[in-house]
Amino acid sequence: MQVTEIASFWVSEGRKIALATVVETWGSAPQPVGAQLVIDANGHFEGAVSGGCVEGDVITTAQDVIASGAPQLLEFGVADETAWRAGLACGGRIKIYVEAVV
Amino acid sequence: MKKELLDQLVAARRARRAVALVSDVKTGAQRLVAADEAAPDSDLAQAFRFDKSALVGDEFFQIHNPPLRLVLIGAVLIAQSVIPIARATGYDVTVVDPRGAFATGARFPDIALHAEWPQDILPGFGLDRRTAFIALTHDPKIDDEGLDLALKSDAFYIGALGSRKSHAARLARLKARGFDEATLARIRGPIGLAIGAVGAPEIAISIMAEMTKALRLGLT
Repeated sequence: MQVTEIASFWVSEGRKIALATVVETWGSAPQPVGAQLVIDANGHFEGAVSGGCVEGDVITTAQDVIASGAPQLLEFGVADETAWRAGLACGGRIKIYVEAVV
Repeated sequence: MKKELLDQLVAARRARRAVALVSDVKTGAQRLVAADEAAPDSDLAQAFRFDKSALVGDEFFQIHNPPLRLVLIGAVLIAQSVIPIARATGYDVTVVDPRGAFATGARFPDIALHAEWPQDILPGFGLDRRTAFIALTHDPKIDDEGLDLALKSDAFYIGALGSRKSHAARLARLKARGFDEATLARIRGPIGLAIGAVGAPEIAISIMAEMTKALRLGLT
């Protein structure tokens, strides 16, 4: 099952979910533009937006997005101050759009 | 994203309609746009053509071209190994085998299964450029009918199981049906990348690797 179908299935189960989508990449990025993660309110997730380096931060943000309903645009990369907690080992930068399904 | 929009997106994917989810990443505004609604030569039309999602200004075009399809002729052991890998990599799988004893739901659960001859089921099927085709029965009576139709289609990958010797015999038979050398060269045979595969699961990996290469890089 692809992320879109998993998201739809989770919604049908009554779960509150968010979708995180890679919308832009620079340099070497582990997942292409369009790659997605679906996250539920309990932090369960399927899919991938990186090689595992930023998923933790995205899942935390997704909880806020599910609670508030307001989308967020995140950026990760070694040049960023967030590199210390969630850097991309491959040296690239990625932009991720996180939105709730409401 | 509104639940209704997600439902529409899932319905479009299921119906094999090419759509883009267009999201304004600043405001969160979203809409679905069908491929034939994209203005010619627009960034959106380009994104559809190259199957590449893209951020243009504040708008993100997420391209949902129809899911990939895989048609397997032959409800055989190797098919059983290919199917889970194909599904994991995003293919909708269809199995065709006129031999009812092979094409059973017990052996192929949750798969579109047709206990019919390829020439009866495939003409209406639409072997398009998002479709891969594999002949696995080893039985020329069945495989050749499928290959005949696959060669006349836009399928991006055509493979046939069998040794070099049986592949040469197959090419001779298809040539007698009127196919020229260039057309026959589209058939990958012996099927799969040469990775020294032993046993059905490893052969399945070699087939899926070659199919992936055809999809992403093209086959020369």
